[in-house]
Amino acid sequence: MSTRVAEILSAILADSRSGIGLPASLVGMCARALPVSGVGLALMTDDGPAGTVAATDGSALELEELQFSLGEGPCVDASQSGRPVLQPDLGRTGRERWPVFAAGAEAAGLAAVFAFPLRVGAIRLGVLDLYRTTAGPLPDDDLADALCFADAATALLLHLQARDAGVGFPFGSLPVFDDRAEVHQATGVVSVQAAVSLQDALLLLRARAYADQRPIGTIAHDVVSGVVDFSDDPDS
Amino acid sequence: MGREQRLAQVFVELADTLVEEFDVVDFLQTLTERCVELVDTDAAAGLMLHDQRGTLHPVAYTDESARLLELFELQKGEGPCLDCFATGRVIANIDLTAASNRWPVFTRAARDLGFTRCHALPLRLRRQVIGALNLFSIGTERLSEDHLAVAQGLADIATIGLLHERAARDQVVVSEQLQNALHSRILIEQAKGVLSARAGTNVEGAFRLMRAHARRTGSLLTTVAEGIVSGAIGTGQLQDAPRTGGAG
Repeated sequence: MSTRVAEILSAILADSRSGIGLPASLVGMCARALPVSGVGLALMTDDGPAGTVAATDGSALELEELQFSLGEGPCVDASQSGRPVLQPDLGRTGRERWPVFAAGAEAAGLAAVFAFPLRVGAIRLGVLDLYRTTAGPLPDDDLADALCFADAATALLLHLQARDAGVGFPFGSLPVFDDRAEVHQATGVVSVQAAVSLQDALLLLRARAYADQRPIGTIAHDVVSGVVDFSDDPDS
Repeated sequence: MGREQRLAQVFVELADTLVEEFDVVDFLQTLTERCVELVDTDAAAGLMLHDQRGTLHPVAYTDESARLLELFELQKGEGPCLDCFATGRVIANIDLTAASNRWPVFTRAARDLGFTRCHALPLRLRRQVIGALNLFSIGTERLSEDHLAVAQGLADIATIGLLHERAARDQVVVSEQLQNALHSRILIEQAKGVLSARAGTNVEGAFRLMRAHARRTGSLLTTVAEGIVSGAIGTGQLQDAPRTGGAG
């Protein structure tokens, strides 16, 4: 994980001590750091949008809800392709691609949308959407920073998912983007052994690492080499 | 098939991927595999890319051992790939038994994995170095000038491929390209795990099945990985023995 991502995560954690929710803090910080007018964070599944987690303002929320109800828009495409969808001039290029969404966006006074997929390999978690009332591209440096916010948002969604599952490990206690290939291989193995999705398999691995107080890489190694088996895991 | 004929075939194969559906990781994976094949040595190859923030990342490798050595170099801050990246110069035919003054920790680790020589070739873009192609070989024979020229040619093609993808997209910053490549890599690792559990094999064996299937069906490795993860490609389809042998 880059230092910038770690910096964003510790800043939103500090924010949350003053009572602001982590997702609200992240979208707020993102909107302040970049030349955009609004930011939304949405959950995605393989079937499409699955709800808004946070939005900086009314138009951002409206746009998230619009994509949710239509099932079309930049965030849907970003999630499906796994690549950012950059629409610096929605009025010019968006109408053909997403007729209903583009009309709704224009009605909300928005001219540009930049959607970043939040994923861990095949696991689709959500999308971070940046909106602006004026047309024009994001400069390269801002685009690079937006990618760091997307990485931080991915870490955050994994954390929220664990919290919802009742696995109460502290935020930031485990690295999300572990460079070790074995963690991802083990995720695949566990998904078959426990008959769960890759997303849940990663959660099982992290929970086991936390419960056993061992690094996730060590557990992953044991799974890949067949020492540990999740077939009869009571949590699965 | 003669060596020159095979060489031409590989260059055509790589050029073809530039015009068809393009995937960075798939392209670089093929490139490292062909590199090992064309230098006629018992070698492992790995390719690292720079993220413009001061960090190199292993993106493609023919063997787990190549990736481990690259990660080891990054952790310890010493080794031929790092020197090649820092200077932009080719590092060739380093005898690992005689280079312990230069890289004491790396040479021991490489020898422990059974390697005797190492080589590193820069991915150059004008004056910038954007990555390195690394070869770790077994045996006492040196790589000839011809072999090194072929390896450098492949490193140059890797650079062209990366530029090609940037040009084909609206706005691609280097960090986005690398981030996408790393996620494709993660997808492949997840699929290896899924397949190994389903087929009752180890992850290396699973990867061999995936590569064979991709080659046989003319699909991208990432497409095969997606198919395995989603269940669209069943284990039975992958266990068919390859119909043709040979170098492909």
